[in-house]
Amino acid sequence: MTARRSWRERLEFIDRRWLFLILAFAIVLPLVVDLPLPLYVSPMVQDLYDAIEDLPDGSTVLISADYDPSGKPELEPFHLALIHQLAEKKVKMVMYSLWPAATPITEAVLAEAGLTTDYGYRKDVDYVLLGYKEGQQIAMRSIQKSLKGTFPVDRDGTPSNEIPLLQHYDTYTDFAMLINVSAGSPGVKEYVQNVQSITGVPMVAACTAVSGPDYVPYYKAGQLLGLAAGMKGAAEYEKLVGRPGLAMAGMSAQSASHILLIAFIVFGNVMYFLARRSGGAR
Amino acid sequence: MDALQLWISTALTLCILSFLWKDNPLYKLAEHLFVGISAGYYIALAWQETIRPNLVEEVARGNWIRLGAAILGVLMFTRFVPKISWLSRWPLAFVVGMYAGINVIAFASGDLILQLQSTMVDVVHDGWTAVSNVILVIGLATSLIYFYFSKEQKGALGVVSRIGIFFLMISFGASFGYTVMSRMSLAIGRTRELMVSPATTGILLLAVAVFLFVWGRRQRSTGEGA
Repeated sequence: MTARRSWRERLEFIDRRWLFLILAFAIVLPLVVDLPLPLYVSPMVQDLYDAIEDLPDGSTVLISADYDPSGKPELEPFHLALIHQLAEKKVKMVMYSLWPAATPITEAVLAEAGLTTDYGYRKDVDYVLLGYKEGQQIAMRSIQKSLKGTFPVDRDGTPSNEIPLLQHYDTYTDFAMLINVSAGSPGVKEYVQNVQSITGVPMVAACTAVSGPDYVPYYKAGQLLGLAAGMKGAAEYEKLVGRPGLAMAGMSAQSASHILLIAFIVFGNVMYFLARRSGGAR
Repeated sequence: MDALQLWISTALTLCILSFLWKDNPLYKLAEHLFVGISAGYYIALAWQETIRPNLVEEVARGNWIRLGAAILGVLMFTRFVPKISWLSRWPLAFVVGMYAGINVIAFASGDLILQLQSTMVDVVHDGWTAVSNVILVIGLATSLIYFYFSKEQKGALGVVSRIGIFFLMISFGASFGYTVMSRMSLAIGRTRELMVSPATTGILLLAVAVFLFVWGRRQRSTGEGA
């Protein structure tokens, strides 16, 4: 017959599946029950918003959307709010992607933002969607030589030379700004190294939270004019643009799960020290 | 069509999440589907976006020099023939050399020079900014000294190096925090997808639970899971 375990031992060897279940509740409950929590805008996101706001009306920007479905929860809300801010300023957009799965996502974002239906943007005149290009850094370098050479045709097969919007734009420096929405490599790091630091084109970026700490030095050094990292960055940006969306809605779940994880870490450490004190540290 | 898409995505999400319970055939099914579809998708993409426009169409236009790249590409497959596998080193040498050249310039201009420049800051004037700048300079110097291995890290060097470790730990902590935030965002994203149709999720969740229960019992009875 086995000896009954003490409550401390039972907690120490708790089945981790209980922790998964508690975490699931911490995520689901705030999504079901509205928990309005305060949201403060960080300087990085404020600078990003201001940099775009300072663009002259009617200028043209280059947007490289480099993410796939796994990056959607963090980046799609930013992408959507970005299109709204640019469209409200009547900024023209030339868009492409160095990630294969990003172009269909971009099309969905443009449709959801109502770029053509609500803002009256005309394809090839006010915006261009060039599609995907293989080659990573090589493609980035190639665009510096010639955008139209790198993308001979757009997403729909229209020759780039015949697209009215591209008549006066062919390299990074022709554009008022380079905007990168990135979930990894190739993305912000490669753009800063291969494009921004060489051409000096003004650049802002949004990235997943996991890459955020790697890119903050670029913002501090002025290589990025602004940076939105993760769902929190996207939520702050949505707040500034004045279009609360999925990121702001997800912040209460984000906060609840973080509080729970902090509690788990504290709990794990307390149990460890209790075990050590009783001479049974493992 | 949308309904079918919803059922498939919900079912596959639940199959993957079932791994949290334990490794099981439903998880394996979803995993193998993902690997197979990804491989097929990327092969089709490579043909559609790279080989056809950059090689087939260019050669058809008379741009014969592209055949050189094609030959280098084919040489990669010589790895499967031991006698001539050494030929695969040529395309590899080309790729390594080209990327090294590109990255050296990119790193030097993007990371080295401009990042060094941004650490040369005012540590005297400008109030709290100066305090922040002092911390930046101390953090940079002590962290670099931690990676100085040409002298044993004892005495004053050891103390400075230990301060460097503190800064590195803070940096690792921040990275870990951001990583947790990213993973939670993914979980929130999937949860939101599952909540699009609670009825679909409920039915499929029940089906997955029943399967795991039956499978678990069968495993116990045959002693496979022991």
